[in-house]
Amino acid sequence: MESKIPCTAPDDGQDVKDSSRRNFLKQSTLLTAIALTPGTAIKAAADHVDEQFAAVFEKMPLKMEVNGKLQSLSVEPRSTLLDILREQLDLTGTKKGCDHGQCGACTVHVDGHRVNSCLTLGIMMSGKKITTIEGLAKGDQLHPMQEAFIKHDGFQCGYCTPGQIMSAVACIREGHANSEHEIREYMSGNICRCGAYPNIVNAIQEVKDGGMKV
Amino acid sequence: MKQFQYVRPATQQGVLDVINKPGTKIIAGGTNLVDLMKRGVTAPDKLVDINQLPLKAIAVTKTALHIGALALNSVVSESGLVAEKHPLLAMALKAGASPQLRNMATVGGNMMQRTRCGYFYDVTMPCNKRTPGTGCGAMEGINRMHAIFGASQQCIAVHPSDMCVALAALNATVIIAGKKGERRLPFTEFHRLPGDHPELDNHLGKDELITGIEIPDNKFAKNSYYLKIRDRQSYAFALVSVAVALDIENGIIKDARLAMGGVAHKPWRLFDAEKSLTGKKATEENFEQAAQLAMQGAKGYGNNSFKLKLAPATITEALKHAAGLV
Repeated sequence: MESKIPCTAPDDGQDVKDSSRRNFLKQSTLLTAIALTPGTAIKAAADHVDEQFAAVFEKMPLKMEVNGKLQSLSVEPRSTLLDILREQLDLTGTKKGCDHGQCGACTVHVDGHRVNSCLTLGIMMSGKKITTIEGLAKGDQLHPMQEAFIKHDGFQCGYCTPGQIMSAVACIREGHANSEHEIREYMSGNICRCGAYPNIVNAIQEVKDGGMKV
Repeated sequence: MKQFQYVRPATQQGVLDVINKPGTKIIAGGTNLVDLMKRGVTAPDKLVDINQLPLKAIAVTKTALHIGALALNSVVSESGLVAEKHPLLAMALKAGASPQLRNMATVGGNMMQRTRCGYFYDVTMPCNKRTPGTGCGAMEGINRMHAIFGASQQCIAVHPSDMCVALAALNATVIIAGKKGERRLPFTEFHRLPGDHPELDNHLGKDELITGIEIPDNKFAKNSYYLKIRDRQSYAFALVSVAVALDIENGIIKDARLAMGGVAHKPWRLFDAEKSLTGKKATEENFEQAAQLAMQGAKGYGNNSFKLKLAPATITEALKHAAGLV
């Protein structure tokens, strides 16, 4: 491609040679940079988008901590946190239920707060600390809430259980497990089609009343 | 979901510089937008993530409570300042969505959420809001959740928010940033009725950003109530909801605010009922009269006609709770 940037000759004859070489170097470097950079990046630079930008169809770098381990990933902006956990990190404990934020099966903790990972874009998790069901146990020692779910039969088919347990832990941490009524209200974002609700409430009450650290 | 470009500007100016382009949408919590994108109801070319902006604070000013647009629904609902000054807002927020969603959803995003009309969500169905000119599937379809006030031939969808019903009752102000500077809009004038342009939910310009809301100080804290009637006890959208704020002195109502959710394209203020209560005693009889007044102009569309009875009963019940009669 021919450069369309005009090379004007400066008036001062003395500097003609140096100046035009300098200009040539500057311009050719700029052109190389443009040639090697996707159009959208140039556009983003022109729009003064100061931080992150991604071209359509391009993957973007994502660094986040998952269950105490720093993960450096490359993700499409449209990938949800749920899909990244399951497909890229093989953490399939977190379940995909409705995939529309209605059932709570995908509940994980982000910086200690429970969220629906199916409605969370992974790229927005940069620098965050994620905890999934796999991150609750300490080695072979189950988390007290996991123990309580087993003891009280807090599940039947088990598909909603990882989300229920992540939500149950958060429910106690938030201070919303003070009565059966309050537990039911603050667990309402987790649907159990088998109907294990009474046993789930019992499990949460036992952990809460036992004063165990969650 | 269609691919899109993702940008994360570090400054408000950086956001304002890019949001005006066609196909561009702002993302904050994303709880509604990501859902709509998955279903193909909306398919932006570019998402502008505004979470870097410092708009999370809840702070007292001389005459109002300021809440930043990026304050999370959960944080606002648990805030001591909100509980003390505007318990109605905390009640409404806690009645909405689930704890997980409230941990993601922001105040600005709550205002910008779209209707949950099934015809709007189903891209194989006609919907003037989603695709103008295709007709309204709900008008003669399954319209159990739909509007009984302020609908048009084009659209009978309702605004789904609980928070917004409380903010309309509390005479909040919306603070909006644009390229020309800041403007302020009464909350009751932020959302619009469908009219001939149901594709427009509100009066926010394409080049504008909500930066926060302000709720003026009031004397309603002692006598406020948010009553939400829904198909299950929790985690469902309102069939009808009522926000009540009363200023009662010696049994006499000095000032009253009433707004309804689940009945119109915007939070529905009941100005006539408010006026009728002012200066009156806080009695069940007066509340029933106000509720009847509030129903003037209501219209059922078949499946939702039960709301014509449910709404006044809910208004009366909410007023009784607010006045301490229950």
